[in-house]
Amino acid sequence: MPAELVEKMLTGDQRALARLVSAVERQSAEVPEIMQRITPMLGHAYCIGITGPPGAGKSTITDRLTAYARQQGKTVGIVAVDPTSPYSGGAILGDRIRMQQHYLDAGVYIRSMASRGHHGGLSRAAKGVIKLLDAFGKDLIIVETVGVGQTELDIVAAADTTVLILVPESGDAIQTIKAGIMEIADLFVINKADRDGVERLQRDLQMMLHIRHASDGWCPPVLGTQAHKDIGIVELHEAITTHRRKLSETGQLATRRQQNRRQELLDLLQQQLMATLTAQFDDGEAHSGLLEQVEEGTVDPYTAAQQMLVENDDLWR
Amino acid sequence: MTTTQRIRVLIAKPGLDGHDRGAKVLALALRDAGIEVIYTGLRQQPAQIASAAIQEDVDVVGLSCLSGAHNVLFPRVVELLREQGAGDILVVGGGTIPEHDIPGLQASGVQALFGPGSSIADIVDYIREHAPQRS
Repeated sequence: MPAELVEKMLTGDQRALARLVSAVERQSAEVPEIMQRITPMLGHAYCIGITGPPGAGKSTITDRLTAYARQQGKTVGIVAVDPTSPYSGGAILGDRIRMQQHYLDAGVYIRSMASRGHHGGLSRAAKGVIKLLDAFGKDLIIVETVGVGQTELDIVAAADTTVLILVPESGDAIQTIKAGIMEIADLFVINKADRDGVERLQRDLQMMLHIRHASDGWCPPVLGTQAHKDIGIVELHEAITTHRRKLSETGQLATRRQQNRRQELLDLLQQQLMATLTAQFDDGEAHSGLLEQVEEGTVDPYTAAQQMLVENDDLWR
Repeated sequence: MTTTQRIRVLIAKPGLDGHDRGAKVLALALRDAGIEVIYTGLRQQPAQIASAAIQEDVDVVGLSCLSGAHNVLFPRVVELLREQGAGDILVVGGGTIPEHDIPGLQASGVQALFGPGSSIADIVDYIREHAPQRS
């Protein structure tokens, strides 16, 4: 079944691609086979991450960047993530609303994803979906995160170039030197740049960028856009292209992708080990009664954890 | 690894009316019922809706129309989905649909219709019970 779907997808069938995305999204047992089959086709696409707070204009910028890339003859895949309700497990995925001009363009594939309980700004399956779009033959993949605050940094480990979208009200000089999201962007964009405060934020950002230690020799540019009027989009595209060229020339693109693949493997192992452990706990497998003793408070969890890891060495086999 | 089947529903407004309160109320109710809802915005062509449904691999398409053009627009969406090999997607409709239009719409493949006075809970239950089971 996955073999057939992958074959169909590789001939350009969008429905087959969509079915494979769903399989990856629900973490179906077929995922390893799917990934095995598409891995030889990977590496062609360039992946741009778009992140920033809710309402900053991530979807509109994604839409406009896509339009520009299409004018250049590039095909585009879009992954747009919105949050899953922690209460019901449901979600409203509304990023597409800003992308209507591309609905009938066969060169653009848009997929909305719910975060499904993951807290890093993407869904757990996002990386797998990016791979599918790469294998499908997209030139450019744009990944839009959920609206983020300070520490949702998944996107760095998924994208080649990460763009942080801010608005003039996004904070003062102290916000710009805080740890987290300000450290990870390759490009800063102040959208809605017709509003008051844009010069101040631009100055604060540039100051932060100049005083911080740029270990990779790249000083992220700070751009102003008014995405809904298409102002600044060409410049943004050019800045992304410059960053891409610089990553390729210095060999950092290969290094980044290597690190990302390593992280992905670690994440997968962690997920699967956790699932196994949780199942063992739920099944009431006694672990020589340790679980009960911890529950009762007679044994401390640190000692118990150490002992369980020694006794539970079949986890690793 | 856990395998989670989550129902995905596309809520779409075909045609020219600009009233989406109903669509939004329903989208929220579906969200609260644990369903993933993709909302595509106002004034969609049937071809745009079919394309979004296929790209998003939804289980259900919910069409809302308050302009009176449902007899043309709803069947066209069904037709386009079938043409593109996606006839297994459940299509339901709502809005200002007169009783006497329902048999014709159902014959065209819109499987359930929820006109004025329908209860939100009934619509949610219907979608939960009838969303196609995917492998």
